Amino acid sequence: MIEFCSVTKQFPGGTLVVEDFSLVIPSRKTTVLVGSSGSGKTTLLRMINRMVDPTSGRIEIDGEDTALLEPVALRRRIGYVMQNSGLLPHLTVINNVATVPVLNRVPKKQARQDALLLLDTVGLDRSLADRYPSQLSGGQQQRVGVARGLAADPNILLMDEPFGAVDPIVRAELQTELLRLQTELDKTVVFVTHDIDEAFLLGDQVVILEKGGRIAQVGSPTEILSAPATDFVATFIGADRGKRELSIRSSPSGDILVDADGRAAGVLIDSAGGPAL
Amino acid sequence: MNWLVNNGDLIGQLVVAHLLIAIPPIILSLVISVPIGWLANRYAWSRGTLLTGFGLLYAIPSLPLFIILPLIIGTGLRDSINLVVALTLYGLALMVRTTADGLASVDPDVRQSASGVGFSGRSQFFRVELPLAGPVLLAGIRVVAVSTISLTTVGAVIGISSLGSLFTDGFQRGIGAEILTGIVLTIILALGVDGLLVLLGRILMPWVAVNSGRVSRRERRRARLAVVA
Repeated sequence: MIEFCSVTKQFPGGTLVVEDFSLVIPSRKTTVLVGSSGSGKTTLLRMINRMVDPTSGRIEIDGEDTALLEPVALRRRIGYVMQNSGLLPHLTVINNVATVPVLNRVPKKQARQDALLLLDTVGLDRSLADRYPSQLSGGQQQRVGVARGLAADPNILLMDEPFGAVDPIVRAELQTELLRLQTELDKTVVFVTHDIDEAFLLGDQVVILEKGGRIAQVGSPTEILSAPATDFVATFIGADRGKRELSIRSSPSGDILVDADGRAAGVLIDSAGGPAL
Repeated sequence: MNWLVNNGDLIGQLVVAHLLIAIPPIILSLVISVPIGWLANRYAWSRGTLLTGFGLLYAIPSLPLFIILPLIIGTGLRDSINLVVALTLYGLALMVRTTADGLASVDPDVRQSASGVGFSGRSQFFRVELPLAGPVLLAGIRVVAVSTISLTTVGAVIGISSLGSLFTDGFQRGIGAEILTGIVLTIILALGVDGLLVLLGRILMPWVAVNSGRVSRRERRRARLAVVA
């Protein structure tokens, strides 16, 4: 469990990025911090592994105050995946994945063995092991980034808009893959995004942030969709524009679901999985 | 041509003497420029001060430097150490700025991610920032190498043997072939060392060719086949 206790962050120069922020992030669940730029979501994420230290307030991991932990050691036991993969361009794929274990003095041979297994886990072909990151597609790089984040077998995985820079088709693929991984691995995932659909897809708990890290609403996707707490939330999730209000309309080729503007949003299926008759 | 044939031994000795003087300053200016370049980027005050200071070293005329140095470091006037130190100073004049720029050019995203996954300050510098500055350092040290090999000849004026001795001797005795030999060999040495550095760069930094898209035809073909498979 990760707990933020009235955390405030003021950057030099006076900008208040996060003000009096408190939140409990449950273990073995995916929590998504979602907000537009300036909502302080990345800063909040980076405070967990002490890439950023709070100006005041406390962050606890399983009851331990992170301020008392050595930052480098703390980061090595927390997985970190960032946008544009953040891979080291001068290391091959396999050495990128093995980075953290090697830093932790796991013998190189062993680390590379484990790294190969991780390539399998994230669905990458082993033939890519000796390539450099620049030789991979954006989606492949992002998978390597996830494999590297998992390499030290951390309990916590921090993901900072990891799928923000890839095209929609690859993004959907990576999202599905992450959902699959999460059912297998059971990590505490903290995921940052500005894409509300991504948040609803991946999050067990979704935290909608306003400017200055103010929490607009916390809840499961179902709770937020069925009862947006404020106008801000309604706007943010698109409920005010009718994007979330779906109705059935008959068409010559079968029933479809349309949103409030009459745009097709999907088809209705029965619970057995086939198209509804 | 006769002169060349009759003096093969002398030429061989001078080539060796030349390299023994030229190589230490090349290595030293690379090694010493790293901590100075690091320091230059570390603080707000240090960059301007250090870069300007070391840049100015290049403005010191070489002959007076050869005379002042023995007084400062307590060596004999004709000691080859004077020349090595002087050439190192000139090397640093070029190399400190290059190293500082190279280290500063490392992608901030890569830095962030390295510190995020748990590199300590020291391991991040040696395992991430320094290697990634490598191509810039290589470009700088190639200039230093060529200029040092050429400057080494100046030592002949104060009696330190090198290929430059062929100039002084050739002028005194009026042997054109000797002077020409000195010039040609100096250029060949410079080209040779430069080529060696490029080769060393390819071996130590295999990712550079890949990242800049300069991959060999064979590798491209292999990559294509891998995609098809």
